[in-house]
Amino acid sequence: MMDDAKSKDQRDSDFDRPALEAGLASIWKTPAGLWGALATVDHKIIGQRYIVTAFAFLALGGVLAVLIRIQLAQPEARLLGPDRYNQIFTMHGTNMMFLFAVPVMEAMAVYLIPLMVGTRNIAFPRLNAFSYWMFLAGGALLWIAFALDMGPDVGWFAYVPLSGPQYAAGKRADMWAQMITFTEVSALAVSVEIVVTIFKQRAPGMSLDRIPLFVWSMLVTSFVVILAMPAIMIASTSLILDRLIGTHFFNPAEGGDVLLWQHLFWFFGHPEVYIIFLPAVGMVSTLVATFARRPVFGYLALVMALIATAVLAFGLWVHHMFVTGLPRLGESFFTASSMAIAIPAGVQIFCWLATLWDGKPVFKTPLLFVIGFMFTFVIGGLSGVMVASVPFDTQVHDTYFVVAHFHYVLIGGAVFPLLGAVYYWFPKITGRMMSERLGRWSFWLIFVGFNLTFFPMHILGLQGMPRRIYTYQPDMPWHGLNLFVSGCALILTAGFLVFFVDAIRSARRGEPAGDNPWDAPTLEWATSSPPPSYNFPFIPVVEGSNPLWEQRETLAVGGGMRVDRRELIITTVGAAEAEAREASPRNSIWPFWTAIATSVMLIWSIFSPWAVVWGSIPVAIALIGWFWPEGTPEDDS
Amino acid sequence: MTIPVASAVTVSVIIIGAFTLASFNTTRALNVGGSDDFIIKIRGLQWWWDVEYPGSSPEQRFQTANEIHIPVGRNVRFQLEGIDVIHSFWVPSLAGKQDLIPGRPNELSVRAERPGVYRGQCAEFCGMQHAHMAFFVIADEPSVFEQWLRAQRALAAPSSDAEVLAGQQVFLSKSCAACHMIRGTSATGTTGPDLTHVGGRQYIAAGLLETTRGSLAAWIADPQTLKPGNNMPMVPLSSEELRSVSAYLASLK
Repeated sequence: MMDDAKSKDQRDSDFDRPALEAGLASIWKTPAGLWGALATVDHKIIGQRYIVTAFAFLALGGVLAVLIRIQLAQPEARLLGPDRYNQIFTMHGTNMMFLFAVPVMEAMAVYLIPLMVGTRNIAFPRLNAFSYWMFLAGGALLWIAFALDMGPDVGWFAYVPLSGPQYAAGKRADMWAQMITFTEVSALAVSVEIVVTIFKQRAPGMSLDRIPLFVWSMLVTSFVVILAMPAIMIASTSLILDRLIGTHFFNPAEGGDVLLWQHLFWFFGHPEVYIIFLPAVGMVSTLVATFARRPVFGYLALVMALIATAVLAFGLWVHHMFVTGLPRLGESFFTASSMAIAIPAGVQIFCWLATLWDGKPVFKTPLLFVIGFMFTFVIGGLSGVMVASVPFDTQVHDTYFVVAHFHYVLIGGAVFPLLGAVYYWFPKITGRMMSERLGRWSFWLIFVGFNLTFFPMHILGLQGMPRRIYTYQPDMPWHGLNLFVSGCALILTAGFLVFFVDAIRSARRGEPAGDNPWDAPTLEWATSSPPPSYNFPFIPVVEGSNPLWEQRETLAVGGGMRVDRRELIITTVGAAEAEAREASPRNSIWPFWTAIATSVMLIWSIFSPWAVVWGSIPVAIALIGWFWPEGTPEDDS
Repeated sequence: MTIPVASAVTVSVIIIGAFTLASFNTTRALNVGGSDDFIIKIRGLQWWWDVEYPGSSPEQRFQTANEIHIPVGRNVRFQLEGIDVIHSFWVPSLAGKQDLIPGRPNELSVRAERPGVYRGQCAEFCGMQHAHMAFFVIADEPSVFEQWLRAQRALAAPSSDAEVLAGQQVFLSKSCAACHMIRGTSATGTTGPDLTHVGGRQYIAAGLLETTRGSLAAWIADPQTLKPGNNMPMVPLSSEELRSVSAYLASLK
């Protein structure tokens, strides 16, 4: 068979169009059936799974938020006891940060980046499949633990000693710590794939200054992930060691340090905010350009702002620790850097406003979400400048003011652009449009509901209401606003319901979209909707930053690719000149088995340290299977 | 478009810079404290506050819980010590918060300019009953404060009331004394709050209930329903014993 394939060495230029498409489809396709579904390495199928799973976690986390609001609507409410409430708010935060916000951004990237840079699959596609299974297993671990009353109850930040062996009996805190391992493995894997895809697989001609801004933002985000996530893996692993085998990393009685945890956690935790926010920024830049009908204003400034934000993100973590008694001089540095990060954010806002001002904006649902984003994110940014100040922060730290602030930056700053992005790219992914009418309903319900729910929380915080309390006493002056907030949360919930209904309905019955329904300028719109398994019949060749506007009728393509094996074009990092044809791995079931073996080892190790020894044997076997040469033309290269 | 965007960025930079300097100045201005501060030691525990007033001699030193009296018009320095998990000491009307971290003592200086009752609450999530970990700072005129100090230093006053005596007997013979201290009796436990003058404090159970004979009885009868998860066990008592022990505690002014 090997010889067969070699002797043929079929090139795309040898075929007419239908035969070429049939040939590419047969080599790139995902076979039908369960086996095919488990073995696929198609970035689009995996990306869709990632997106759907992350949105399922959003819905679950939303249910928890509703429970929290019902409990807090009245003083001394008895709907939830302290034990259940602490699990619920911990699950809400953990779920939203680790299972929704970060993965959903990576999910969008896994789906979109290869299409936007004009290649046929993501780099390391089997690793990509593995990362999804790991993410799914980590999410399942957390939620099954919660269903079994073993959900973590120590906060999404799991401060020691409360999460340590002495004060968190049982396995609840371990579930949290091990879930971190799962999601970090998957996040790191995706980040590596994205960096390599962007650096080496861009379409010929897509030099660094022509990369779409969403791609730039994911490149920067991926580097932040690679640099920030090891800190939390060290922290959570040390915590597991303290809990399981009695090390003393965080035990002051034995020379450990309680504050070490906070430094490690926030060294990850603050960049985490930008891991969520930077992709959203990229989405906004993309949507603004398409709907303003002109290229984005200040491309270079926007790229520099992304990079500046990413660098500053690593110099802010102590502003989460202003009340731990650190030296005043050190705190001043972090005040200055926390203030300074407002400047790249400002640059971005001004560039987007300039783009809209100078363009002819078309106010479709995606743009509505972008404008909602600008409004809410600016409010969140301003309260961010406020909490950067030490004297102000020592009052509002750990109050509802901070709850309001970070929901403004995370929902306003990331979820609004994400929802806009879903409305925008939904036609590409499904081939069908979402409803403009329901889109407007969901935007206005979410926008109004969000602001009415979260703005009053600023006031509650200034009135002294601390975070993470399961109830409050009737003589506190907080109950009126709390009732109001809980009521308005229902409007917000309704908005999300409309969004979910629209998405599910449109996936089946939406208007057919066509290749480029928004007349957008980037490469993902150059192929059909949904794209074929091989993404592009010919690899596009790019001559500008907005290829589908500049080369509207005449998008150039490259030829000479083999059709009898999975093949991509590798280009240079800077100028994206074609360097080589490179084989891309075929479907394989082994990433799935490896993920199962790894999951078994990790979950088992919650209960016994020996799991690391015995559990690594199946992992090794699965990895051998993964890398075993199968004699395909891809292996042959 | 370049000029408006560039000027907007420039204005933002200037505003941000001004805020940063203002923040630094405020931090410096808020830095009260000196050598003649009145020192009070605060220990944070799940889910109450142990308050120790140091003295020059052992008789002068005493402990109380969840209620901190301070003199008006004088700098007071709280020495904050975390015992179990991290707590955060916060009296919004007096100062910003400061964490109590095991292994890392902290300090916080405040100055009350007006007499009054200032409510405080734990601000760092500390487990099951984080929501019920309040305390009160009571700022007294210096003469009233001195009077209060003297009263607190005194041992629990013996009583001649039969019910109170019976209550004391219950307290000392049941497991109460294993955890609680009542100076002047054989109760010398240190796990729970010092109860020498519990009847004189405004609240029990860290701000949960106003101190009355009834609330004391309710608390002793079923602490786990009122504050689930707290470390006080339910001690089985007959209704007679419950009545007398609550009378005894209420009498400890």
